[in-house]
Amino acid sequence: MMTRITARPLLLLIAASLLLASSSFAAEAQSGTAKSSCVDCHASFPAPTGVTEEQWAADIHGQKGLTCSSCHGGDPKDPSPEGAMSKKAGFRGKPKRNEIPAMCAKCHADGAYMRQYNPSLRTDQLAQYQTSVHGKRLAKADTKVAVCIDCHSVHGIRPAKDPRSTVNPLNVANTCARCHADAAYMKEYKIKTDQFAGYSASAHHDAMTVRGDLSAPTCTTCHGNHGAAPPGVASVENVCSTCHVFQAQLFDTSPHKAAFAAMGAGSCITCHSNHRITHPTDQLIGTSNEAVCTNCHAAGDPGFAAAARIHDDLGKLDDALKSSEQVLDQAERSGMEVSQARLEEAQGRDSLIKARVTIHSFQPGKVEQDTQAGMKIAEKTHQAGLQALAERDYRRKGLGLSLITIVAVLIGLRMYIRQIESRNQSGGT
Amino acid sequence: MMASAPEYAREDSPHRNRVVQWFDERFGWERLLAPLRHKTVPVHKLSYWYFLGGMTLFLFMIQVLTGILLLLYYRPSANEAFESVQYVMTQVKFGWLVRSIHSWSANLMIFFAFAHMFSVLFLRAYSKPRELTWLTGMVLLFLALGFGFSGYLLPWNTLAFFATKVGTEITGQVPLIGKPLLIFLRGGEEVTGATLTRFFGFHVALLPGITTMLIAIHILLIQRLGMSVPPGQEAAWNALPAERREMPFFPNFFLRELMAWYIALGVLGVLSAVYPWELGAKADPFVAAPAGIKPEWYFMFMFQTLKLIPAKVGPIDGELLGILGFGLAGLIWVLLPFLGGDRYGRRQVFIRGLGIFALAYMLSMTIYGYVVAK
Amino acid sequence: MQHAETANRPEPARRRLMQFLLGGGLLASAASFLYPIVRYLVPPAAVDLGGDSVVAAKVGELKVNSGKIFRFGSRPGLLVYTSEGEYRAMSAVCTHLNCTVQYRSDVREVWCACHNGFYDLNGRNVAGPPPRPLDSYDVHVNGDDVVVSRRRGA
Repeated sequence: MMTRITARPLLLLIAASLLLASSSFAAEAQSGTAKSSCVDCHASFPAPTGVTEEQWAADIHGQKGLTCSSCHGGDPKDPSPEGAMSKKAGFRGKPKRNEIPAMCAKCHADGAYMRQYNPSLRTDQLAQYQTSVHGKRLAKADTKVAVCIDCHSVHGIRPAKDPRSTVNPLNVANTCARCHADAAYMKEYKIKTDQFAGYSASAHHDAMTVRGDLSAPTCTTCHGNHGAAPPGVASVENVCSTCHVFQAQLFDTSPHKAAFAAMGAGSCITCHSNHRITHPTDQLIGTSNEAVCTNCHAAGDPGFAAAARIHDDLGKLDDALKSSEQVLDQAERSGMEVSQARLEEAQGRDSLIKARVTIHSFQPGKVEQDTQAGMKIAEKTHQAGLQALAERDYRRKGLGLSLITIVAVLIGLRMYIRQIESRNQSGGT
Repeated sequence: MMASAPEYAREDSPHRNRVVQWFDERFGWERLLAPLRHKTVPVHKLSYWYFLGGMTLFLFMIQVLTGILLLLYYRPSANEAFESVQYVMTQVKFGWLVRSIHSWSANLMIFFAFAHMFSVLFLRAYSKPRELTWLTGMVLLFLALGFGFSGYLLPWNTLAFFATKVGTEITGQVPLIGKPLLIFLRGGEEVTGATLTRFFGFHVALLPGITTMLIAIHILLIQRLGMSVPPGQEAAWNALPAERREMPFFPNFFLRELMAWYIALGVLGVLSAVYPWELGAKADPFVAAPAGIKPEWYFMFMFQTLKLIPAKVGPIDGELLGILGFGLAGLIWVLLPFLGGDRYGRRQVFIRGLGIFALAYMLSMTIYGYVVAK
Repeated sequence: MQHAETANRPEPARRRLMQFLLGGGLLASAASFLYPIVRYLVPPAAVDLGGDSVVAAKVGELKVNSGKIFRFGSRPGLLVYTSEGEYRAMSAVCTHLNCTVQYRSDVREVWCACHNGFYDLNGRNVAGPPPRPLDSYDVHVNGDDVVVSRRRGA
């Protein structure tokens, strides 16, 4: 039988236990992830053993509900270090570098498993990795090469489309450069470390960072990501032609294709370089010091003559377009209507752009076809500009006539005034 | 009766004109216009300054004529204004001429309005009994500036858009009434198509209406009061009345004025054909203002002054101080006839000094704004 | 009186010259002012629709699944009559390097011949170098005319 006296403490007890239970509920609900006892200690450690709740909450694995034990094993519910990190609980500790790819692949190569989370995510990363230079060397016990966590980071892995991710297109070059631009680190491999510097000065880098085009090439675009390896000399053209279709098609019809293959020179990169691919100007082709043609061709050989001819054609068209533009500008400033000519001017510039692609056939005849079309248009628009200026001059002639009549009136008025005033003066009043 | 009948009515006169007589019998204008026949203009070495007022009037009439012609093709909406001006400049026959004359004549008119005002100041033609002429004249000057400001926006090009933005922004700084005035001028918070429509209304209806009335009063006063003679000359003639020279307005002075007007027409023609007014690029409100936005030259001295005043002068905001300063200067200017005292008094010297200072200041600030401050 | 007589007779030749100059000059100058004004008053043949719209083609001019380049101000525009019988219009200035694009009836997409860029019929860039879509325009049929106008912004 409950008396009033005993009811109060009992109520207090019930309330207290409810509070306790709810607080532990809250603690679990708060993190959104399964609470692991690991962070009790590891949250306050410095790197590399330190991992905070916050960090883990940013990780895609954390967001999907995985915990420390998913990779490291152990018992996350056990609050004591000995229990949590016991072999009995399956604790694996920090995996060795050469074990990491296999460890990640345990889930990421399992199609059925990954389907639960993201059905369109690829599951061939490990297979690809094993074909890569990194993978092959790792198999030969070189642990200096990149493994999964070197590129993807660890404990804070974001999906590639997140701009903060280390493997987002915007950041890929920086990620690769961590090793590949470090001369000391790469010393024993005897490969160059100037790629990042070259790439940073390139038009591709420009396209991404300045023009914001995320589809612009970065390291992984040409080298592959998981199966990263430099394309062989024979396959350089294939790689470039995935985007630069016309240039490759034209190159295949050119005398350079066979010549470069015989020399063992990579097709595109011989003239454009591989990493430091700068915006080509008309100076790149020709016979001047800045042109690349003179690296192989000398005066007297047909290639030299062709280069000179192509360069001249481009220059002539460029000049013709510029001078036509000047005349049209002048006419427009004088208030003349030149919009039709402007339209045609744009088509003239189209011809120049096309000609700059046709160069890759290295046949002056083909280039001339484009430049001739452009020259015709430039001539036409130039004429239109001159006509507009002639109209302006016609106006000035009209003005001249009008001024003559005005001067006649002025002289007439002067004479009239003098006449009536001399009359008045002597006439009196 | 016969002796006082006008020339064209007298049967024996070689100037007999039946048509004019017919109209006069119905309008009775002979009595009104008779005094004009006797109107004279004093002749002395400063007489040339008398042309300035008439020149301003002539240029205003040119503006009305070319403005009406432009109205036949102009469209006052943000979507079409620029294109309609482009259409006038390029498709309409002699449209380029009408538009360029309108733009050049606007600037010349404002120049002559200022010159006329300063000449009246230095020749002391504002003193009693001509205070109201000065008053109406000052208001006309402000109206001319209003015409310039409102008309400048109408082609809706980049320069005009941003000049209007800055100009109305400055107006908004006036204490108390500034914000309501800004909203009234802009037709909203920002410069938009609503501003264009509003400015168009000001430019072709409101301002011309008020201006026409004031010009009528201004000219009426001049006719009633006659031409003022500079004080020095007046004193000389008072001493030796026989030296006084007068010229009949009709036809002598008017013929000379006609010569001046014809020269103005010639100048306008040359300016329009050799330096046609530019179209610019269509205004885009979302683009950042181009560097170095400047107002039209007649506002430059104020604009440059505001730029030179430091951001804060003591506890007062610098721009506000500048605006208030100009407001005060404008008020003093309008009230000059009442501050000057007697026409021959000593205070007049002070006013002349003020005039010289103002002219020098305006000139130097304008030059500074264009040449130095790039 | 003597003065009046001599002074009242400006030489006839001078007087005639003055009359010729003044009369002729006034007439000629008036003509030189009036002629432009009269020509100005006559509306030009090219009707101005404002810079925001233009007649791109006549109804029936375009076959199904074909395109046409038209002038919009001083820039080219592309009008496409789709295989579903719908008109689409967009700017013809490629967003890559400003070449003029064209309609490809085989792939039913808009193509830029300079560097092999592709856009869909909404102007969206779908393949190749173009970094941005083409500005699309409104089309409506006004009697016999196919009128293209810029999208009315806010």
